[in-house]
Amino acid sequence: MSTTIIETKSALDTALRPAAEAGKQSSLEVTDYDNRQTVGAITVDHPKMVCRNVNVYYGAKQALRNVGIDIGANQVIAFIGPSGCGKSTFLRCLNRMNDTIVTCRVTGQLKLDDEDIYAPVIDVVQLRARIGMVFQKPNPFPKSIYENVAYGPRIHGMVNTKAELDELVRASLERAGLLKEVDKRMNDPGTSLSGGQQQRLCIARAIAVNPEVILMDEPCSALDPIATAKIEELIDELRENYTIVIVTHSMQQAARVSQRTAYFHLGDLIEVGETDQIFTNPKHKLTEDYITGRFG
Amino acid sequence: MNKPTPAAVPAAFNRDIKTIVNAGLQRRHAAERRFRSYGLIAISLGLLFVVLMFANIIAKGYPAFWQTYVQVPISFDPAVIDPQGIRDPAAIESADYAALVRAGMRRMFPAVEGRTELRALYALVSSDATYELQRRIHQNPALIGSSQEIWLLASATVDTLVKGNIDRTLDETERSVKDNQIGWVDKLQATGKIEKQFNTILFSGGDSREPEQAGIRGALMGSFYTLLITFLLSFPIGVATAVYLEEFAPKNRWTDLIEVNINNLAAVPSIVFGLLGLAVFINFFSLPRSAPLVGGLVLSLMTLPVIIIAGRAALTSVPPSIREAALGMGASKLQMVGHHVLPLAMPGMLTGSIIGMARALGESAPLLMIGMVAFIVDVPKGIMDPATVLPVQIYLWSDLPERAFVERTSAAIMVLLAFMVLMNGLAIILRKRFERRW
Amino acid sequence: MQSFLLLTLILLSIGGYYLGRNRAFAVAGGQIRHLHSLPSFYGSYTALWCGLPALIVFAVWATLQPSVIIDLVVSGMPPELRNLPPDQLNLVVNDLKNLVSGNIVSSTPDAAMLDAANRYHNLQLIGNVSLWVVILTLAIAGAAYAWRAISPSLRARNRVEQVVNLLLILSSTVAIFTTIGIVLSVLFESILFFRKVPITEFLFGTQWSPQTALRADQVGSSGAFGSVPLFAGTLLISGIAMVVAVPIGLMAALFLSEYATPKFRAVAKPALEILAGIPTVVYGFFAALTVAPLIREIGAAMGLHVASESALAAGLVMGIMIIPFVSSLSDDVINAVPQSMRDGSYALGATKSETITRVLLPAALPGIVGSILLAVSRAIGETMIVVMAAGLSANLTANPLEAVTTVTVQIVTLLTGDQEFDSPKTLAAFALGLMLFVVTLILNIIALHVVRKYREQYE
Repeated sequence: MSTTIIETKSALDTALRPAAEAGKQSSLEVTDYDNRQTVGAITVDHPKMVCRNVNVYYGAKQALRNVGIDIGANQVIAFIGPSGCGKSTFLRCLNRMNDTIVTCRVTGQLKLDDEDIYAPVIDVVQLRARIGMVFQKPNPFPKSIYENVAYGPRIHGMVNTKAELDELVRASLERAGLLKEVDKRMNDPGTSLSGGQQQRLCIARAIAVNPEVILMDEPCSALDPIATAKIEELIDELRENYTIVIVTHSMQQAARVSQRTAYFHLGDLIEVGETDQIFTNPKHKLTEDYITGRFG
Repeated sequence: MNKPTPAAVPAAFNRDIKTIVNAGLQRRHAAERRFRSYGLIAISLGLLFVVLMFANIIAKGYPAFWQTYVQVPISFDPAVIDPQGIRDPAAIESADYAALVRAGMRRMFPAVEGRTELRALYALVSSDATYELQRRIHQNPALIGSSQEIWLLASATVDTLVKGNIDRTLDETERSVKDNQIGWVDKLQATGKIEKQFNTILFSGGDSREPEQAGIRGALMGSFYTLLITFLLSFPIGVATAVYLEEFAPKNRWTDLIEVNINNLAAVPSIVFGLLGLAVFINFFSLPRSAPLVGGLVLSLMTLPVIIIAGRAALTSVPPSIREAALGMGASKLQMVGHHVLPLAMPGMLTGSIIGMARALGESAPLLMIGMVAFIVDVPKGIMDPATVLPVQIYLWSDLPERAFVERTSAAIMVLLAFMVLMNGLAIILRKRFERRW
Repeated sequence: MQSFLLLTLILLSIGGYYLGRNRAFAVAGGQIRHLHSLPSFYGSYTALWCGLPALIVFAVWATLQPSVIIDLVVSGMPPELRNLPPDQLNLVVNDLKNLVSGNIVSSTPDAAMLDAANRYHNLQLIGNVSLWVVILTLAIAGAAYAWRAISPSLRARNRVEQVVNLLLILSSTVAIFTTIGIVLSVLFESILFFRKVPITEFLFGTQWSPQTALRADQVGSSGAFGSVPLFAGTLLISGIAMVVAVPIGLMAALFLSEYATPKFRAVAKPALEILAGIPTVVYGFFAALTVAPLIREIGAAMGLHVASESALAAGLVMGIMIIPFVSSLSDDVINAVPQSMRDGSYALGATKSETITRVLLPAALPGIVGSILLAVSRAIGETMIVVMAAGLSANLTANPLEAVTTVTVQIVTLLTGDQEFDSPKTLAAFALGLMLFVVTLILNIIALHVVRKYREQYE
């Protein structure tokens, strides 16, 4: 079933693309669109992360303006929006992956459990151990499946014995729903797996460090529909133990896996809300246009 | 939204990641700093070697640009130069000018007596002094009969002594300059009869067994002729090959073979090219040994892969749209390449060729094989004359024990490096000037 | 003389070009559109007909003439000269050439020699004159043929392009002929060598003293050609070089690609590459006159005996030379590792050095091994540094403080100075050259293969 949805969606995408590109430039002139104040509820009851007034610059260019949003504990929040809207940039602020880009500068407040993650006392090593990340393209290390998962625990010195490590690796693979498929070939290279399996391996790799938050940057964009469905199922299960932030291009995916959704547009956070509400009753004209496929 | 109750956590995940990571942080950051410093040390070492080598060579070589001269009162005695008084040019040419030099030296130090003492005194000036006098008389026969103070080339030992490179505290038997000679030189220095002048001989002379008369002009001309041949052969063939492989060649086994060949040739040790030159050009085609022609042939085979590889890179950087535009206008493939692609790729090709030529300029091993190591005094006048090249001259001089030759070797290296810098600089300027971004 | 002929030929061809072009205008009645090709193509067509056949004949003639003349002169010599063994005959011929060109000869010429010299001179004259006649005739005949053939329907452009295409193809085969030339020249002489010295002795013998005696009663007259000490020496020096170059080059590459700011990189990288541009003879000079004495003094201060031409000095300096080679190849390889690998590691909380040692290096390992192999092949084939700084005595030792000799040093020693061409001593140099070529070729092929496979993996 999901296959049909995605095919329809991509057909729609293709059909609308020229119009959408034209729209990107002209849309700014429409008065209604000039309102870039975030609408919707940005706060939640049990926030895991709290972000306020976040601005991101690449050199002189501002990539994000004044973003404020809460990320609820044990929830899945989806960031959606057209390409280049800053959703991935914002995601990479949450575990300070932007630090690796020399020209990138972040201002504002980003807190994880009441700790400012950009405070000088915070060590990125520790921060990234607490906030895991899964990337757009599966990127297993050129090592065995076992070693891929064992990498995090090893560098952080999380286990003392081989038996403990074995247990942790197996538990992580189990949680990522991969154990059954790879149980017999733990020593095969990680790259020998299929794309979907590789992505679940990357998720297992992230889980092995026992993070509190997992960031996912379009984790299914390089996968086929069946692998996508599996990952989506997995995300839903992982919610029990982790807080998950997912950036996605596919509105259907956001609708399927997330509890809350945030819509970004050209560097602004336009609307945040319960996923159902965003998709059925968007409050902002830009959100509505995006949802209804006027651009994307 | 309610906060969901966490599911039962498997034992494996029952770890406090925060504390665990914290515990290891200090150690890991120390390791990080250590690793970083290894990298910095490696770079610094590399750069240090560059600096050390240049400093070492410049320190050794710069005194060679100055040469000591002794002012000697010479009387052009007609009784010696032209005993018959008929001004016969042949007789004047072959006169005993050495006697004039000797007389001049005795005039400066009248007190010196005895064969050994006198011989030591005469040894203060170079044997070139004799030819210097001959040259002067040849240019101006009117000098005969006059007396003049003439700056004569000092011998290499005096030069070394004046430059302070002889340890005077050593026992007399252990140094090349004797006590009495030191005394004379000191006296001459005190009266201003010894002077250091810019060393023109270094640039105008051919090779010589006497350091003070040795120059690099022969080697420079040899290098020039050799590189001329190299360029004339390797540039057209290299460009033609690059054009063929990039624009015309079908992709098949034959062209694959050519490609593999070119890549392998680029990595064949240079001395093997020397063996090829010896066996093919000298033994099979009986071309003359030591000739720049053969050197150029060998070096062009070596340089060819460099030029081809650079040429292909330059051709691939020309966007296909230019080719399509030309073909679309009805140009033939050859016209397209000749009128549009090649002119655009030419700066890149030239850059690659200059870098290849710079490498050829520094090459010596293959030239040893084809006899360009001979001791050749004459400056070569063509591509068939026996010659040597600058790097080989450096190799030859580096074997000679005299301090004055060490100095000159370093100076020759400085000249060689100057040419390399010049050529590479030219390549960089060319690249910057014509660099295009498509 | 011959260059003057060449110049004449070029001038004739240029003349042919204008003739052909004008003829094309004429046959078209001034209307270019009646012509199949542009007039300049007709010009080129004529010029090619004028120059090319003549040039080919010229090249063949010029290469053959000297040996033909010598054969003729030798066959005209008195029998006692003619029947000399080949090497002595060579000397006679050399004398003869010197005599003709008016140089000093080794012995006072006798009547037979003078006679031969005369004949030589005459033959040369005849040869040169007939060369002129033949070449000029060919050039004019070619031009005339082309000129007559020009008509509006002549497909001059296609003809000219065919010739140009052929020239391009010929150029591209030069690389192949070079390889064939290398293989044949070293192989041929090596086979001669292995006829005199068994190949097993050469490959496995541990004695190397190529000095064949001048007299039979001299000590050690046999000459020993066991190449093991040479290869051991080569390996020792290359090994020392790699010990210097690999860590420094690799760490420098890692620092430049992972830590350095773009500004630092822009300065440090070219500065480091200066090392690659310095001629090897300069390194040799540095090794022999600065590093070797320094090492000996340090050794003496520590109470060690260090040979004045120690393997250590040559190896160290060679290592310095290879640093930029290792670093720039490794830099390419490291940069080929996708950024996503680094991101994956950083996102798990790894530090930079952990990412480098645990992810980047294992990922880049095949490529780095390939680069190191290329560097080794470079070290093995390096000549000037070892010729100037390493010894000549073939010691079989692993002690870096002793003097060892290398394959390249021996090739140079055996082939510089006076030599007879078919003595085992000279031929041994070619056998060594063959070994050197084969070893470096294998290393290169493996290395290029490994690096290519590695690159494909990440493309």
